[in-house]
Amino acid sequence: MAGNRRTRRPDDLEAAAGNGLLHRRAFLTGGAAFAAAVTGYTLSETAAAQQLTDAPWSQGRGVAVQEYGTPSPFEKQVVRTLSNPRGEPRTQHGRTPHHLINGTFTPNGLHFVISHSGNPDIDPSQHRLVIHGLVRRPLVFTLDALARYPMVSRMAFVECGGNSAPLFSNEPVQADVQAIHGLVSCAEWTGVMLSTLLEETGIDPKATWLIAEGADSLALSRSVPMTKALDDAMIALYQNGERLMPGNGYPMRLLLPGWEGNMQVKWLRRLKLVDAPAMSYYEARTYAPILPNGKAYQFYFLQEVKSFITHPSPGLKLNGPGVYEISGVAYSANGRIAKVMVTADGGRSWAQAALQDPVHPKAFTRFRVPWRWDGGPVVLQSRAWDEGGNVQPTRAEIIARRGQTAKPVTNPAAFTSQHYNGPTSWRVEANGEVKNVYA
Amino acid sequence: MFTLRILFALAFAVFASTVAFAQGFGTPISETEIATWDISIMPDGAGLPPGRGTPEQGGKIYAVKCALCHGPEAKGGTNAALVGGAPLTTGIDTPKTIANFWPYATTLFDFTRRAMPWQQPRTLTNDEVYALTAYILALNKIIGPNDVMDAGTLPKVRMPNRDGFIVRFPERMP
Repeated sequence: MAGNRRTRRPDDLEAAAGNGLLHRRAFLTGGAAFAAAVTGYTLSETAAAQQLTDAPWSQGRGVAVQEYGTPSPFEKQVVRTLSNPRGEPRTQHGRTPHHLINGTFTPNGLHFVISHSGNPDIDPSQHRLVIHGLVRRPLVFTLDALARYPMVSRMAFVECGGNSAPLFSNEPVQADVQAIHGLVSCAEWTGVMLSTLLEETGIDPKATWLIAEGADSLALSRSVPMTKALDDAMIALYQNGERLMPGNGYPMRLLLPGWEGNMQVKWLRRLKLVDAPAMSYYEARTYAPILPNGKAYQFYFLQEVKSFITHPSPGLKLNGPGVYEISGVAYSANGRIAKVMVTADGGRSWAQAALQDPVHPKAFTRFRVPWRWDGGPVVLQSRAWDEGGNVQPTRAEIIARRGQTAKPVTNPAAFTSQHYNGPTSWRVEANGEVKNVYA
Repeated sequence: MFTLRILFALAFAVFASTVAFAQGFGTPISETEIATWDISIMPDGAGLPPGRGTPEQGGKIYAVKCALCHGPEAKGGTNAALVGGAPLTTGIDTPKTIANFWPYATTLFDFTRRAMPWQQPRTLTNDEVYALTAYILALNKIIGPNDVMDAGTLPKVRMPNRDGFIVRFPERMP
């Protein structure tokens, strides 16, 4: 068998679906031959082999270690895109460059941020969290007090309800994965379960909702059902091992795994238990998508099952025919990702993707499919299922229910609607360039 | 024996005082001490403070504190118009306005008080917030030009799109 593995050539890899999709088994059995055949994506042409020499950085002393590490100067292009870089008095968005990173965690400096009135510059020693309203005794917590409770860590994606909104355009927007899907990220969050604190305040049985409010200048507030608060809500204090980033809620945020990002109130300072939703600005107005019949959805809460391909995607050019790895992320508010299927022929045939272990509930799952590109134009698309049996709808299904714009969207940063969880289709042109299409 | 009984009673008292609540590190705080932060207004009017205002009073405050961003007579400027609005059947991307979308007038009071003016939030007096709320509602012809807004009248204002909503996941509602 080992001999077979060594002599296996890309031509022997088993086809799984049309236009060169290969069986995911190739990742396990393909070995070095398969790895060598994967040509990868390039932003420039691959150089031909030449005589190896010692590079300047291999001769003499290296650069001093930094107190707080920053990426290599060669990674300067791996940054968020900003909608309002001068911080003018309107919302700011920083979008995650999914096509320039890999794996399942989003580095803290690249985690998406939406800040409606700028990030408050909070002194953690002065910050307080108060829990009151329909409780048996109101309590106030310092950061030091919270640090004394048992902590839990979990992975969770956070997604803006408006992420992927450009896909409501009636014509495909010419934009990359960062512009289209950059308002979702995934991190390991560590903190205190909200249920632990509510056990201490006691809960009046009349409490059915809580109002969560931030210490930002808007005092942004959202209403959250108590059922979610007592299920898996967390007061998050750490993000990928370090304190929360200012844009992600330093020194504490409400984490509601899988639910609309805006509800996961950052810079959290107050939780008030109540018997009805407050109908705050962001729940009564902003995150209530208009339907074609003129009604609007309210209390959408869930970020439903979704997937998109990050590699290849616009900006990552294919460097000639050959074997590539198609990969992307999938996630769902309803638990673990159960299956991801990928097509290279616009949906006529599908290959099952390999899922990166471990698959966490309500978190990014990296999927991968080996693919032999013959150099012709193809359309790639992914479709995810979660463990609750929910499947990513087709674009036609979404548009039938939710509508689309009457005119093409020209600004990908505009929010035409919210909660798009249909597929994303990338067309690979014969020259290796990738663009957004509908298929 | 007597001492032992006292000790037992003391121990029981300590037990009784802690058994009601889980052990923790929160500090008790009174609702009075929370008052400055407790600014949420409910659709039924709970939380509305004392005070009152008319559209006429609101118009004067608007010109000084709001027109810079929202434009003269609330017709829009660098930020959203606060008057008018197309029917929602115009399209899924119809700009949402107070008149065509907001289900409750209490939200207007709540958001104006907590977030406006943008550069100086929570500097308006309660009377000013009532007056601005009255001004915007009157401009949109949702209330009359002489209607007074206060804790009694505001929750009774019926917004045009009050019944325009469908709960997306009813099974997730409390």
